[in-house]
Amino acid sequence: MIDVIINVTLLAFLAITAVAIIRMSNLFAIIMLFSMFSFLSAGVFIVMDAIDVAFTEAAVGTGVSTVLMLATLALTKDQKEKQPVAHRPWLPLTVVIVTGSALVYGTLDIPPFGDPDAPAQTHVAPEYLERSIPETGVQNVVTSVLASYRGFDTLGEVTVVFTAGIAVMLLIGGRRRKEELEQPQGDPDDA
Amino acid sequence: MDFIIGHYNYWVVIFLMMAGFYTIISRGNLVKKIVGLNIFQVSVFMLYITMSTVHGGAAPIISEGVENYSNPLPHVLILTAIVVGVATTSLGLALVVRIKEAYGTIEEDEIHELDHSL
Repeated sequence: MIDVIINVTLLAFLAITAVAIIRMSNLFAIIMLFSMFSFLSAGVFIVMDAIDVAFTEAAVGTGVSTVLMLATLALTKDQKEKQPVAHRPWLPLTVVIVTGSALVYGTLDIPPFGDPDAPAQTHVAPEYLERSIPETGVQNVVTSVLASYRGFDTLGEVTVVFTAGIAVMLLIGGRRRKEELEQPQGDPDDA
Repeated sequence: MDFIIGHYNYWVVIFLMMAGFYTIISRGNLVKKIVGLNIFQVSVFMLYITMSTVHGGAAPIISEGVENYSNPLPHVLILTAIVVGVATTSLGLALVVRIKEAYGTIEEDEIHELDHSL
């Protein structure tokens, strides 16, 4: 019972944070609120027994994402979001409400939260739980699936991260050096 | 009442998804759009983890005296998704920095004005 209460409270906090992010226009505050949002979601993952996901979300989602966004803010020097002159929220609001109601309609058939007889729980998951120790000798099933059963998946993930790293370097890294070569004094605005 | 508690997680997750979606389509600031994209992403993670939870289940680390475990497969998928998500976020932010240098602004309508595209 207590974990249901914690779960409900944390999810309510998440919803409040999301609304606050939409309403804010100061970009620094938005990024800080997003960091909070991410950390709250790590708390929700712990309540839902996904400790590995919670670790990763707290370290990568909260830490690295926030640092990247703050670095972008420092490079673009744009502190405030410009409020649209003619603010017409009706079209996006309608799109969002229609999509949201379609999704809620879809959840009505989903087995309730935590149901042990749900199809997701009875298909291949018990096999992994039973065979992890005899086949790989790893107690943490998440680790054994990630590194052993689905090792190629993780290799693909590394490829994606590598590609993204190269793309970021091509977009930002190379041009800096070229600028320095062309004008050794450097733009005073660029400091 | 049981139906509401059993589906509360899904509905909050959908609300968060739609909050992120709304931020993406209604705001012109590119950094805020990326924050909206991240909110959407995190809510998808929560949808998967919600499906993996079993009542009375422990975290999927095999130990003696524990019979019930949560489903480890969604955890693995989401671990991968979190890392890939950060990679795409960093790529998006790099594009924002590049756009700022080329156009001098990160507001979408000003970029369109400079491009005469709208």
